[in-house]
Amino acid sequence: MPLNQALVGKAYPAVSYEVGREKLREFAIAVGETDPIYHDEAAARAAGHPDLPAVPTFAVVLSLRAGQVVYGDPDLGLDYSRVVHGEQEFVYHRPIRAGDRLLASGKVAAAEAKGRHELLTLETDITTESGEAVCTVRATLLSRGTAPPREGRA
Amino acid sequence: MSPRVNLAEARAGDALPEVSETIERLDLVRYAGASGDFNPIHWSDEIARAVGLPGVIAHGMYSMGVATRMITAWAGDPAAIRRLKVRFSNMIEPGQTLTAKGEVAEADGGRVLVRFHAEDEKGEKVLSKGEAELEL
Repeated sequence: MPLNQALVGKAYPAVSYEVGREKLREFAIAVGETDPIYHDEAAARAAGHPDLPAVPTFAVVLSLRAGQVVYGDPDLGLDYSRVVHGEQEFVYHRPIRAGDRLLASGKVAAAEAKGRHELLTLETDITTESGEAVCTVRATLLSRGTAPPREGRA
Repeated sequence: MSPRVNLAEARAGDALPEVSETIERLDLVRYAGASGDFNPIHWSDEIARAVGLPGVIAHGMYSMGVATRMITAWAGDPAAIRRLKVRFSNMIEPGQTLTAKGEVAEADGGRVLVRFHAEDEKGEKVLSKGEAELEL
């Protein structure tokens, strides 16, 4: 089933996320990041950070949470079992840090056919609860074989 | 917050020290738990084969996380990283080694663009068109 183009531009309700030190350490270990600034508060402070910073790709955790809201919309028509990750981009305004109380809101930034497949771009805006911009995450997903047949298009 | 390289002195063509990781199934299970991405194609051979894969494959974001270590180790300060982007080109399976390689493409008074990729041991690109923008 093709993706519902009418949902391009639709913004979904934000999910909240409280950033904990142990979660940041767990994620840093999972990607093999051993620099003490991601694990040890004293090392982080000595390097000028107010608390443990997240490794850069940690923002994907919030993007996944926000994405679940979008992908779960039955009107979108996304079959997640057909999805392959195509591209990923992070634009950082400042590092995510332990103690941050964040909001992540997803929107469908683009949905377009490419041959037999469709490309869906999910954009997640991450801000603090007080509205400070933290990170913008763009994930482009390839939905395999769901493009509408060519003769069906104007 | 001093970066490990002085970004103001980076020059186009400077190579970043490579980062390599041999991927084990345990790494994927650990990444699934840490990230919240529990797609079974990353931990169940049975399910991976049922959807036409050779067996479990690494999360694209695990590979991006490993490759990003090359950028953070070079820059020192995560606050210097302004933008990161990759394209996922090929899958990589447990038992294979991922190697990230990159170089400075543009450098202009403290603003630096690094282009990078990550490949398997056969030289097949797993991540391509990688871009990292850094600023002092």
